[in-house]
Amino acid sequence: MSEMILEMKNILKIYPNGIVANEHVNFSVRKGEIHALLGENGAGKSTLMKVLFGIEKQEEGEIYHKGQKIQINSPHEAIAKNIGMVHQHFMLVPSLTVAENIILGVEPKKNKIFTDMDEAIKISEDIAKKYNFDIDVTEKIEDIPVGTKQQVEILKALYRGADILILDEPTAVLTPQETKELFEQLRKLKDKGHTIIFISHKLDEIKQICDRLTIMRNGKSKGTYETKDTSTEEMSRLMVGRDVFLTFDKEKSEPKETVLKVRDLCHVNSAGNKKLKNISFDLKTGEILGVAGVEGNGQSELFSILTGLISNYSGSVKVLEHEAKELTIKEIRDLGVSYIPEDRMIYGCAEDMDILHNLISNQFDKEKFSSKYMLKSDEIEEFSSKLVEEYNIKADSYKQNISMLSGGNIQKVVVAREFSAEPTLILANQPTRGIDVGAAEFIRKKLIELSREGNCAVLLISADLNEVFELSDRLAVMYKGEFAGSFTDIESLTEEELGKYMLGIKKDEELEGITYE
Amino acid sequence: MNRDTKFNVIRTAASILIALGISFVIIFFISEEPLEAIMKMITGPISRKRLFGNVIELTIPLIFTGLGVSIMFSAMQINLASEGAFHIGGVIAALVALNLPMPGFIHPYAAILLAGVVGALFTFIPAILKIKTSANEIVSSLMLNYIALFFANYILNYYLRDPGAGAVASYPLPASAKLSSIISGTNIHIGLIIALLFTAGAYIFLYKSKMGYMIRVSGQNEDFARFSGINIIKVILISQIIGGFIAGMGGGIQLLGLYRRFTWTTLLGYGWDAIIVATLAKNNPLYVPISAFFLAYIRIGADIMSRSTDVTPEIVSITQGTIIILIVAKQFLAKYKHRMVAKEAKSTIDTEGVE
Amino acid sequence: MTVFEILFSADFLRVILRVTTPILFATLAGAVSSKSGIFNIALEGIMLLAALIGVIFSAMFSSSWMGLLAAIIFGGLVGLFLGFLVLNFKTDDILAGIAINLMAAGGTIFMLFLVSGDRGVSSSIDSIVLPNVNIPIIENIPFLGRVLSGHNVLTYFVFISVFLMHMFMYKTPLGLKIRAVGENPDAAESVGINVHKIQYIALGLSGVLSGFGGAFLSMGYLSYFTTNMTAGRGFIGLAANAMGRSTPIGGMLVALLFGTADAAANVFQTGIDIPYELIQMLPYITVIVGLSAFSYRNMKKKEKTIEK
Repeated sequence: MSEMILEMKNILKIYPNGIVANEHVNFSVRKGEIHALLGENGAGKSTLMKVLFGIEKQEEGEIYHKGQKIQINSPHEAIAKNIGMVHQHFMLVPSLTVAENIILGVEPKKNKIFTDMDEAIKISEDIAKKYNFDIDVTEKIEDIPVGTKQQVEILKALYRGADILILDEPTAVLTPQETKELFEQLRKLKDKGHTIIFISHKLDEIKQICDRLTIMRNGKSKGTYETKDTSTEEMSRLMVGRDVFLTFDKEKSEPKETVLKVRDLCHVNSAGNKKLKNISFDLKTGEILGVAGVEGNGQSELFSILTGLISNYSGSVKVLEHEAKELTIKEIRDLGVSYIPEDRMIYGCAEDMDILHNLISNQFDKEKFSSKYMLKSDEIEEFSSKLVEEYNIKADSYKQNISMLSGGNIQKVVVAREFSAEPTLILANQPTRGIDVGAAEFIRKKLIELSREGNCAVLLISADLNEVFELSDRLAVMYKGEFAGSFTDIESLTEEELGKYMLGIKKDEELEGITYE
Repeated sequence: MNRDTKFNVIRTAASILIALGISFVIIFFISEEPLEAIMKMITGPISRKRLFGNVIELTIPLIFTGLGVSIMFSAMQINLASEGAFHIGGVIAALVALNLPMPGFIHPYAAILLAGVVGALFTFIPAILKIKTSANEIVSSLMLNYIALFFANYILNYYLRDPGAGAVASYPLPASAKLSSIISGTNIHIGLIIALLFTAGAYIFLYKSKMGYMIRVSGQNEDFARFSGINIIKVILISQIIGGFIAGMGGGIQLLGLYRRFTWTTLLGYGWDAIIVATLAKNNPLYVPISAFFLAYIRIGADIMSRSTDVTPEIVSITQGTIIILIVAKQFLAKYKHRMVAKEAKSTIDTEGVE
Repeated sequence: MTVFEILFSADFLRVILRVTTPILFATLAGAVSSKSGIFNIALEGIMLLAALIGVIFSAMFSSSWMGLLAAIIFGGLVGLFLGFLVLNFKTDDILAGIAINLMAAGGTIFMLFLVSGDRGVSSSIDSIVLPNVNIPIIENIPFLGRVLSGHNVLTYFVFISVFLMHMFMYKTPLGLKIRAVGENPDAAESVGINVHKIQYIALGLSGVLSGFGGAFLSMGYLSYFTTNMTAGRGFIGLAANAMGRSTPIGGMLVALLFGTADAAANVFQTGIDIPYELIQMLPYITVIVGLSAFSYRNMKKKEKTIEK
């Protein structure tokens, strides 16, 4: 048994907004193994590696490298300790060639003034050959496929002497063929004595390539296991589950009119990847349809299409009888649709304006708030102050600048704005992500209230299991752009079962109750 | 006054004081009689009625271009063509004054109106080019200023020029087209009233109307505006057109209020000054007259200073530049703001409770 | 002479090279700055300042070379100052540039008066002009000799600079770092490059190049400084840079195009029926039309790749 090349002990990391990302986590890696760091989004695995790579600093805890206690304060120091990281978003310069990207910062010189491009090419070709990567190092980054880009990132790390390689969700952007190639290369790297930390939530891949795995959930480590001794069901059970059970008293739903009718929705993104494959579902007023799934399985694209941001798709998306692609965002909203976007700071608010301005962006031209050209200030101010109170928004007044509020309160502003428009359909994407428990609970209660008393239809896209279990009347699970399963009996559905669908272990051909026809 | 406003006021005041301070230091170095120079600059404008009148006269065009820029910048379009719009407004007003005779009660207003329309056309061009071709509005608007200048020269030389005049100038502007003076002993003209009316109008437009709201939100966060259903294209075009209209009108008013003939053969610089005015006023029309007045005051003060001491008036450009930099620099007094924000955020989290 | 004869005469081509010189310096200055990720709108002001500084120092030391040296050093310093405002003071690069332009416009008149007692022209100062160079052998070739020989030394230098800049940006480690920093600062940071340091260097270089342009105006094109003598050439340089996709060679081609329009405006002052004022508009209209066409083509190309 080889020795531990890396030991992280008792790591505690709390983000400025109060979220505990790593709670006394222990993590050890043996020399020469491929070790998976497994967990859902938000489980804390990325944070743990950011601490290791010097991007974040831990509140408590120590790191031991080859038996020596070390403190890493920057990526530079990590690289000096032969730790390399391949990020999810590539750190490459598109208009430069592969060779130029590899030697960037440590350029070989000719006559002291010029870059020795021949030498750079030779260095790059040598290192590519050494690790058996088949790459044309003279090609520009912008011209090569994604899989090759990733290989360049790996070569960059190897060139700088990395013997521990951290790969952050490496297969998220790869085709199946590219994934296969990557795994072959990883095996070769392992043969050469490198240690690899493989961050992922894809169970089938971990089964294929990793020797051991550590599971993280809600900031805590759930233990380290030998891959060959652990079934995917067990992995799923440890990964996916609720530690806290919040219950709402929810009346049974009485679905009334169909407001959303989607049939055979397909979408191919600009990179040519099929992001949505034959999605079909119905949604009626009076019910909440939850869409569960690990982020990155097509949820963002689905949301963008339903809201009118993206209009290139095939299939039919009927929002209140109208085809979505023929409508502008304003027209969709005017039909009675409200949105809660995933990223509140980009799409949900104007950071430098006050709460009042942020509260009326979707209703300012309604008759009650404006005449033909002018805004009705009194009505708007009264409305704002009422909302601030009703939604418990912690601020001095509606005149306060929204950037001063905490994340939870900003989200409450977003939600207040969208819910107060008396919508018939609410499209919510990760509505309680990154906010405190109090605000989250408030928002969830409101969603139930709107669906029951407000006669509203709610589409809830969420990676938060608590939320999805508590709120959904019906539940669908997205995996790789398709619905892997659909459930109408939420009470008897267990997390383990749901986890299998979320992680691709299980898939139903017949989707029970997904449509009403 | 909430925390933000208080901070902004402090920062603006600090910027002005520091900028003036730097200018005074320079005066100390280059002048034989620095104290007298500084005194002349600060008190000169209020030493005589006529001189104070000069300050007000200079304030007027600055208000117009300042209002125009405030509206255009609120939409986050860096459209620098207000300089050219102002200039072309002047020549169009001269054209109407000289070539389209009309009774006195509508003559100047017809001229000013047309001046505004043509001015709007000038600022419209960079906007529409940005929308249709994605051409950088900074470069295209800069070019338009020079085009406006040469086109105005063309009109002057071929349609308006008085061969009998000593210098390059148009025929004398008819009395029917001139804007009457409103305060005796000065040249302050009706344009002042129009400027103040437009200030109120611009404020109401930007802060109380639907379009004004849409303009400001789009300028703050275009993605958010779009996602809220706002038509960004309409917003950009309307804001740029209105800005240019006001600037163009300003040019017409300046000519008909203060000049006997059209004599402008170079760009006057009010468009560039407008950027300072608008920046100082934080793009809020209500504050434009105040910052315009301040700028006019130090300009006239510097002029007075230069006439009786050895310091040239252009020292003011250093003051102006420093003010812009300090106001726009986020880092200026950022630490101070950070402390305020941190105190604020802490109290919010404390009352909420964190899990 | 007919228009045709004028356009293809050796004299006209000669004027094009002369007139393009300041524009091309500005274009190159814009190129290095935008490659590093900062929009240097201040180069108009830097050129103006350098023009005055050159005149003052050449008179002070009775040497045009001292004037040139002072001009480019001063230009470099202002470039670094812009860097300070943008990188340390976190000012928006455009507003900081506009502030510098304003200070330059007024500041040059201010300094001119201090030094020469005049607020319009520097003729009271004995400034010295940079020499013209007659190239042996070439000067004797008919037509070509007239076009290529006898230009001011800085005209030859600017075209050599295009080559030098190209070598610098594409063949040296520093050029590689500048391009990386401008395109993806995170990537540069991740390999240990000090992004701000690189941007400072780029802005300093941008200032130096602008300085050359300014020095040419007052010590080559004309032999004195007049207020606002840059007349928007810095801005035209920025446009040329945008259209040349921030490459030295692309920028040169576009700058020549604008130089041609500028030369045409110069040459057709008399002897042609179109009013001179309208011809003066020509270079600026060319810029707008060219910029729009280029941007449109770029936009369509981007759309096509997204559709795929």
